Amino acid sequence: MADKIYSTKFQDKLERSTILMFIVSAIAVAVGGIVEIVPLFYLPNTGMGNGTAHKDQNGNVIASVVWQPKAGQSLDDWQPGDGVRPYKALELAGRSVYLREGCYLCHSQMIRPFRDEKDRYGHYSIAEESMYDHPFQWGSKRTGPDLARVGAKYSDEWHRRHLKYPRDVVPESVMPNFFFLDKKPVDVDNTVKTMQVMTKMPFNPVPKDIYTADYIAGAKAQLEGKTEMDAVIAYLQSLGNHVKFQEGVNYRD
Amino acid sequence: MEATQATPVKYDMDVVRWFTIMAVVYLVVGTLVGVYIASELAWPFLNFDIPEITFGRLRPLHTNAVIFAFGGCTLMATGYYMVQRTGATKLWSNGLAWFTFWGWNLIIVLAVITLPLGITQSKEYAELEWPIDIMITIVWVAFGLNHIMTTAIRKTSHIYVSNWFTMGMIIMISYLHLVNSMAIPVSLTQSFSIFSGVQDAMIQWWWGHNAVGFYLTAGFLGIMYYFVPKQAGRPVFSYRLSVLHFWTLSFGYVWLGAHHLQYTALPDWTGSLGAAISLAMIIPSWGGAMNGMMTLSGAWDKLRTDYVLRFLVVSLAFYAMSTFEGPVMSIKTVNALSHYTDWTVGHVHSGALGWVAMVSMGAIYHMVMKLWNTKMYSDNLVNVHFWLATIGAVVYVVAMWVSGIMQGLMWRDYDEYGTLTYTFVESVSAMHPYYAMRAIGGMIYNLGAWIMLFNVVMTVRQATAARSVNTATANA
Repeated sequence: MADKIYSTKFQDKLERSTILMFIVSAIAVAVGGIVEIVPLFYLPNTGMGNGTAHKDQNGNVIASVVWQPKAGQSLDDWQPGDGVRPYKALELAGRSVYLREGCYLCHSQMIRPFRDEKDRYGHYSIAEESMYDHPFQWGSKRTGPDLARVGAKYSDEWHRRHLKYPRDVVPESVMPNFFFLDKKPVDVDNTVKTMQVMTKMPFNPVPKDIYTADYIAGAKAQLEGKTEMDAVIAYLQSLGNHVKFQEGVNYRD
Repeated sequence: MEATQATPVKYDMDVVRWFTIMAVVYLVVGTLVGVYIASELAWPFLNFDIPEITFGRLRPLHTNAVIFAFGGCTLMATGYYMVQRTGATKLWSNGLAWFTFWGWNLIIVLAVITLPLGITQSKEYAELEWPIDIMITIVWVAFGLNHIMTTAIRKTSHIYVSNWFTMGMIIMISYLHLVNSMAIPVSLTQSFSIFSGVQDAMIQWWWGHNAVGFYLTAGFLGIMYYFVPKQAGRPVFSYRLSVLHFWTLSFGYVWLGAHHLQYTALPDWTGSLGAAISLAMIIPSWGGAMNGMMTLSGAWDKLRTDYVLRFLVVSLAFYAMSTFEGPVMSIKTVNALSHYTDWTVGHVHSGALGWVAMVSMGAIYHMVMKLWNTKMYSDNLVNVHFWLATIGAVVYVVAMWVSGIMQGLMWRDYDEYGTLTYTFVESVSAMHPYYAMRAIGGMIYNLGAWIMLFNVVMTVRQATAARSVNTATANA
């Protein structure tokens, strides 16, 4: 039952005109992305700026989960649970190593709201927790475990041994040996530049009252003499303890 | 489908020939890297304590090699081939076509150098750093301009369906690449995405899924709509179905990226919308697969003797299978199990090995015979390649199905005391046999690619030798 050649007049017109076909295709393929992406830049609870509006059981909006320094406070005064903060200098250097080594290809950083993930990894991840992550590190595959809340779960020494030779600590592991990180010094200039770039982002820049000129100038001292191993460990230890989650608050509203 | 013209057109086919040969070379290289990293997961000593060849650095090289090197060369070879033959015209600019050939290959060489060095934007399938991203933009726009202008100067009244799909792909990939790669450089070799968190995740998967949906689907459907009818010697089964297929796919596929982010910090409505449209996409996908399959009506007997046609038909079967599997995996309850597991990897490879690569192989064999005006050096080797590719893909996909579902079930399993039954590392060690099986499936597939390379090289050599003899004796 082969069809006879037939089409609507409009389709026929498109097929005869390259420019019309181009324009209509260009519109057709644009719609979905616009509908799904644009609202994420203005809706609340998507981690944009401080636009958070999580509500407790009584419907009252709780205090922002994003940390803002009080007068006279610096990033070094931040305590776990104070709220989402940008990375400290050494952590940022470690994050660059994490990106370079492709860790995100086997480790996710996004805990889903399921019982087993809560038992295994902790509270589900929320949008604000990755607002300073340029680019995001949620990952798509768990060849290894999720790392969203790995901070403070193991000692620095455990991480050092595990990163160097994973199978010395976990015999079944399939992770490559990252012993070479222990011999490489962190790239100080590059990390300082990265901090400056992070304050210039058009979306979710690190506020200038956190990465102050003083803090960036002081970063060099924090980085001198550190290895990439120190940096990666600092980064891992910083993950997941920013927000103090309250009972009865729906963070996925 | 091809115009009958009074005077034969002299097409610009040299650039097509080179893209075709490079596609086969990159098929061998890309799948070889894939086999290596698959083996690293099964036998981690293969990382050999060399930073440049660890899984984390080679995996982007594998994806870039198969998607952009193999896929890109195939798309440009077939794109330039089809747009000339369906429009009965030479390329708008042969020089620009050669520019895309050298430009694209230069990008691939740079990828091979930078990715093992750890120079990456760390966005999946968009790892290449900003200077290379700019080069990709230039070459891609040159390809698009050349293809669209060649469509514009066609001698036929209507634009053939394959060229709609190629045009849709060119437009969408331009959008995706420009938006997703926006970054602020720190140095020549490092930059950071201007997006972060939720917005970056959505934009990344809008890119990620549409690299699949347009680059690896629309582009290759264009191939299907030209080469299946050509090889079968029958017209496309239904013109109306192809109109429906094109517009629903173009409009609908764009929405699917959000289904990669179910149950994450992305707002629920976005993931649900992505899943709903994903389910609806079964209709155009199966419509398209049926359209390709039914093109063989009355010519099914050719499958017994025509090995090239076998590639094309099996690729459509894989296309139908994975476009059913995809929507199922986007359903929230299924996704809760399948996300983060090897099932996703298996799904991607049933599409990549089964659909994209098989339809490409069919098209490349067809083109090699036309471009060099000869028969294949060995039809039997085409048949051997067909079976190696089919068996390799099936072994790979089955291994990943089993390991993926097993992972998902182990992670969520509770014992009678209400505690988690398995530690994470128990799930890692349980994967070992399947990772080994996957590596073997990949090896079988890669072996087929080597045979294809050998067969194509011998065919070209044979044709070139024959031509030099002929030109000496005849003036035809």
